[in-house]
Amino acid sequence: MTVMTFGRAINAGLRKAMDQDPKVVLMGEDIGKLGGVFRITDGLQKDFGAHRVIDTPLAESGIMGTAVGLAYRGYRPVVEIQFDGFIYPAFDQIVCQVAKLHYRTQGNVKMPITIRVPFGGGIGSPEHHSESPEAYFTHTSGLRVVSVSNPQDAYTMIQQAIASDDPVLYFEPKRRYHTKGEVDEAADLSQAPAVGAASVVTQGSDVTLVTYGPLVSTARDVAIAASDDGVSVEVIDLRSLSPIDFEPLEASVRKTGRLVITHEAAQFGGLGAEIAASITERCFNYLEAAPVRVTGFDIPYPPSKFESHHLPDLDRIMDGIDRAMGRPNSLSALEGK
Amino acid sequence: MSEQHSLRDGVTGEPLTLITAEGQRVDSDTLDPWVNDVGDSFLAGLYEDMVVIRRIDTEATHLQRQGELALWPPLLGQEAAQIGSARALAQDDFVFPSYRENGVAYCRGVNLTDLIRVWRGNASSGWDPYQVNVATPQVIIGAQTLHATGYAMGLVNDGASSATITYFGDGATSQGDVNEAMVFAASFCLPVVFFCQNNHWAISEPVGLQSQVPLAGRAPGFGIPALRVDGNDVLAVLAATRIALDRACSGGGPTFIEAVTYRMGPHTTADDPTRYRDANELEDWKAKDPISRLAALLNSHGMDMEKLDADVAAKADAVASDLRSGCINLPDPEPLDVLPTFSLRIAPG
Repeated sequence: MTVMTFGRAINAGLRKAMDQDPKVVLMGEDIGKLGGVFRITDGLQKDFGAHRVIDTPLAESGIMGTAVGLAYRGYRPVVEIQFDGFIYPAFDQIVCQVAKLHYRTQGNVKMPITIRVPFGGGIGSPEHHSESPEAYFTHTSGLRVVSVSNPQDAYTMIQQAIASDDPVLYFEPKRRYHTKGEVDEAADLSQAPAVGAASVVTQGSDVTLVTYGPLVSTARDVAIAASDDGVSVEVIDLRSLSPIDFEPLEASVRKTGRLVITHEAAQFGGLGAEIAASITERCFNYLEAAPVRVTGFDIPYPPSKFESHHLPDLDRIMDGIDRAMGRPNSLSALEGK
Repeated sequence: MSEQHSLRDGVTGEPLTLITAEGQRVDSDTLDPWVNDVGDSFLAGLYEDMVVIRRIDTEATHLQRQGELALWPPLLGQEAAQIGSARALAQDDFVFPSYRENGVAYCRGVNLTDLIRVWRGNASSGWDPYQVNVATPQVIIGAQTLHATGYAMGLVNDGASSATITYFGDGATSQGDVNEAMVFAASFCLPVVFFCQNNHWAISEPVGLQSQVPLAGRAPGFGIPALRVDGNDVLAVLAATRIALDRACSGGGPTFIEAVTYRMGPHTTADDPTRYRDANELEDWKAKDPISRLAALLNSHGMDMEKLDADVAAKADAVASDLRSGCINLPDPEPLDVLPTFSLRIAPG
């Protein structure tokens, strides 16, 4: 085991994947000499060469479409989108080509492309640098979407994403890049949890709290705080946002009867809606209360002075737990309770 | 031909020509050296290809009118652009076409039934791209130019000496992807041939809406040499494509070819050009027909055109018959075939 930061773990995973497969190439803006604006690709161009760590012109659709062509040729491109809010020029290539070529060609052309997206807020950035666009992609069949929450998963799942013959969007919680954790670099990928598997990170019996990416560590804090209130919270890290591994969610909700989902992304049409609907369909007779969503507001990502209010934090998630538990909460007055 | 020459020559002036609309062979310092090997038998082969793909196109249009195809994108009038370029390619070169390059696909050996599979609604693609080195036709306008660029990047990394060619229309030159592809191809000096068939119409929009300068005039701004050729002259197109491929395969990077041609038919069988197009324009272009001009040239060379036409007609009839029977005998897919066998979002894994 080695203690390393989240960002370093991704770097180590990329390095290992490049070592093992000469067809793995990295593409993106400023990823070469600079090592990326977050330094995630630091040192890789020096060690693997400019033909494998490719600084590209500033055109996201161009990067993505070029990656499609490389995949056609048998390469495994790993594309870095510099910031979440910069992915939209590539949206057409992702949704119309990356997601569909495998299906379109009846499996003849594989698209083993990994799209790394630093996402989410909490770093005090201007507009377009703090978004959570994952639901645009989970809505598109043909894409796998994952989000990592800790250095070990970051290290393992980037390798699994690259090894996947399906395209994978890999959402990195940028505000956690400097979080440290233990990473087993010798971990055997074949023994690691499946990339699509959700994980119960804190066991509990009163309420199921589902989240992913940057809010997993917040959810752990919620579980600790709630236990002081006598509420036992089971925290589940989705890890895979599409497909969703519903079995552990179902098992948990059958046990707790209560479901809270939290994410930074806006509520309307988000992952929380899909999870609430699916769990309601699957576990209706087990639910003691309506599922609760604690999310970013349905507004454009606000200026950074507002983001501490916009992002779900311990207090807001605790409030969501109170709603699910039928305890006094922020909506009580509105509900006349 | 020097790089400087190619950057200037033929970019904004009259398209380079070797066979005039009347079937006269004319000289071109730029193009002639690249077709010295082309004798009458080769020309007769190009003639046969053009007649056969026109027949395929006509048959497919009939099949659409008879309800056997849901839609068909005719290439009528663009035979020389497609055959001349496709017959310049080597087996290892990889084609990234739009949806109208059925003539190119035919030259690459695509099975006739596979040509219409998409248009009958049976599948989202007709053939395995790796069997014929032709990507599945692209419907999103211009998207394939980036795929050709990425594939070419892979060719360079692999140390391969082949090239990619990507086909697109005049309308596509307005798309960001086409412009981004030219940026990437130029910056990385990639072996890509940007083959633009300027057929003058993007559905109902005339080429003047896309550009105020000849399309080939844009490429030098990207640092890409350009050639503007008569797209109805199969020999000029062959020569221009050979120039571009030679440059690509010898490390000289991308070339932009504007083949000036004309879409004689509708955009697709669902379109009605009489709503937006002057009939006189069509008549003007009929006089520049790619097939009749080559017939006139061959005739002037003393070719037995009666025999050639009879042979070519027999081949075209046979191909059309095969296309028709392949189409109408194509079984409907089973409902569950809609689910991919390799899929996503069925189970986590």
